[in-house]
Amino acid sequence: MSTLAEEIKKPENLNGVERPSANALEHEAIYIIREVAAQFEKPVLLFSGGKDSITLVRLAQKAFWPAKIPFPLMHIDTGHNFPETIEFRDKLVEELGVELIVRNVQDSIDEGKVVEETGKYASRNMLQTTTLLDAIEEFKFDACIGGARRDEEKARAKERIFSVRDDFGQWDEKNQRPELFDMLNGEIEIGQNVRVFPISNWTELDVWSYIQKESIEIPSIYFAHKRNTFLRDGLIWSAEDDVVFRADDEQVEERMVRFRTVGDMSCTAAVESHADTIDKVVSEIRDSRISERGARIDDKRSEAAMEKRKQQGYF
Amino acid sequence: MEVLKIATAGSVDDGKSTLIGRLLYDTKSMTDDKLEAIERTSKQKGYDYLDFSLATDGLVAEREQGITIDVAHIYFSTPSKSYIIADTPGHVEYTRNMVTGASTSQASIILIDARKGVIEQTHRHFFINNLLRVKDVIVAINKMDLVDFSEETYNNIKADFEELMKKRDYQDQNITFIPVSALKGDNVVNPSENTPWYKGQTLLEHLEELDQKDIYNTGTPRFPVQYVIRPKTEDFHDFRGFAGKVYGGELNVGDEVVVLPSMTRSKIKDIYFYNKQYKTAPRRSSVTITLEDEVNVSRGDMLVKVGDLPTIDKQLTATISWMDSDNFTPGGKYLLQHGVNKVLAKVDAIEHKIHPDYSGIEENVTSLQMNDIAKVRLRLNKPIFYDRFKDHRTNGSFIIIDSRTNTTAGVGFIE
Repeated sequence: MSTLAEEIKKPENLNGVERPSANALEHEAIYIIREVAAQFEKPVLLFSGGKDSITLVRLAQKAFWPAKIPFPLMHIDTGHNFPETIEFRDKLVEELGVELIVRNVQDSIDEGKVVEETGKYASRNMLQTTTLLDAIEEFKFDACIGGARRDEEKARAKERIFSVRDDFGQWDEKNQRPELFDMLNGEIEIGQNVRVFPISNWTELDVWSYIQKESIEIPSIYFAHKRNTFLRDGLIWSAEDDVVFRADDEQVEERMVRFRTVGDMSCTAAVESHADTIDKVVSEIRDSRISERGARIDDKRSEAAMEKRKQQGYF
Repeated sequence: MEVLKIATAGSVDDGKSTLIGRLLYDTKSMTDDKLEAIERTSKQKGYDYLDFSLATDGLVAEREQGITIDVAHIYFSTPSKSYIIADTPGHVEYTRNMVTGASTSQASIILIDARKGVIEQTHRHFFINNLLRVKDVIVAINKMDLVDFSEETYNNIKADFEELMKKRDYQDQNITFIPVSALKGDNVVNPSENTPWYKGQTLLEHLEELDQKDIYNTGTPRFPVQYVIRPKTEDFHDFRGFAGKVYGGELNVGDEVVVLPSMTRSKIKDIYFYNKQYKTAPRRSSVTITLEDEVNVSRGDMLVKVGDLPTIDKQLTATISWMDSDNFTPGGKYLLQHGVNKVLAKVDAIEHKIHPDYSGIEENVTSLQMNDIAKVRLRLNKPIFYDRFKDHRTNGSFIIIDSRTNTTAGVGFIE
């Protein structure tokens, strides 16, 4: 039996492929992830089970191969996740052989640290922040790697790659460190932590194209499937899950849908789609006239919804 | 797909945000929901045109004051290229943001209001782009609609700018002039019928044709080691890989290299990218390199080719751009980060301040304030391995970290 080391393709077997891929964004992200491992004592990768954090995991694998990813993954579980995402998460972690830390929003609620929202638009999305900040303090994480991208939202467009948070996890958007050339300054005081965004410069299409090119497995809900849904405010909501509030007059109908972002079930709407393969998803995104977060009700609360959440310590 | 990073510079009200909005709109990169939000807000404010600046001014304070506070990144793409625009504010007090934006950009757009022509701010914008040696600069003479698309006005502004160009240090910079109206869309993406006298390309046509190959093609290969990979698994028991990004030129399997600072010689055995081996590590690739010999290498060390050593020294002279609200003083305690290497730095002397509007230098300076640019001499506690900035964009630059606050307080370009 040949060992893994022997199986590595030697240049002579590469059919003339002498250089690694010229994807500048990929090389940039790998550089950033390596800086995290080198500059911080206790980094963690925030893993949601969504496509962006799955992409991060692949980039981290590439950064340290043939060694394992040298930091754990952490999932802040709202308890309202799509079951498909949780199954996927557990399988991936097993394959990687890395540690997975799970902290539950439900515990924060039970401990009385946060109060569950009620009503039609109730969501646990905001509550995650408290659970996240508590977990950072519990494990003394000094760097949290996240999959946020600058093209997602206006306030995120101003985010740094190494974004320093104070003792309270807060973002001071007017007093950010300048980032010059490739140099990343990870100097912090005890108690502070840094949020790191290696795919800052990727667009939604870049992420999907990467998943396609790398044949990365992603949860099934990203592909078109039949689902019982109802309409509200022009958005399509899943009617299959108890956590999504549905009024009696909101009629259930089966639609062919997929999810474009995978957040909490209570704040993630579906889009009508027939894209049931990765190739179809990529061409759908390429032609799309609606932004990715157009289906995120958490952003629609106000013009400055994201900026406000970020100041409080959100992802 | 190619990625092109562009910085924009202009004074307040020169229409930078509008230009960016126009690029997004005319390349159909703006999605319907964002467009609707702009239409809605424009109407609320009583404008009879679409206020594209709403697409880029992301923070509440910015929307309130109608200004851009911080560097924002905007993304759009055409079938052939992905573009990243660093939108940097034009206020006098925000020089640091402009330097920051230009440091990661391959091209730069300087906006001039056709009614105002070349003003003191234009001098600064050009100075910074030249100091940072941005390869391609596009001078967009904007608001042409407000000067009746006058060829004479355009030519006068161009002539003024060409006067300014005589003072530049970096003569090889490519400079292109384009008459535009960002608000009305002339010569941004689509050619204008209002400027029959202009035979050149539109802004987007020009960007599409920029040859990126040369942009990073400065200097020779430098490989600063970021991280040492030692898996210690059965399959890879003796594996010692040096992870890092290649700058300047490419490295190949078999290249004879010197490890700095130990000056040990060895040969490149293998080049890995993930689980595959390659013959070549191109510039700006993040690879893992193994060496033929068992050499002691750690983070901050550098691999270079034999016969191609950088300067190895504990002293250096540099032009620095100060970015912090705390002044730069000869007594201050600073960390100098050069690539991934951090050393302690002391200020030997501030030689002189350089006025970024080309109005000369100022001697006998005792400290530097935010936005000051000056030539300084620094002394380090350990040698670093550097090139001159004009020879090597990456290995010739550093940042200064204030060790009391940990903030990035300045950036330097080594002479």
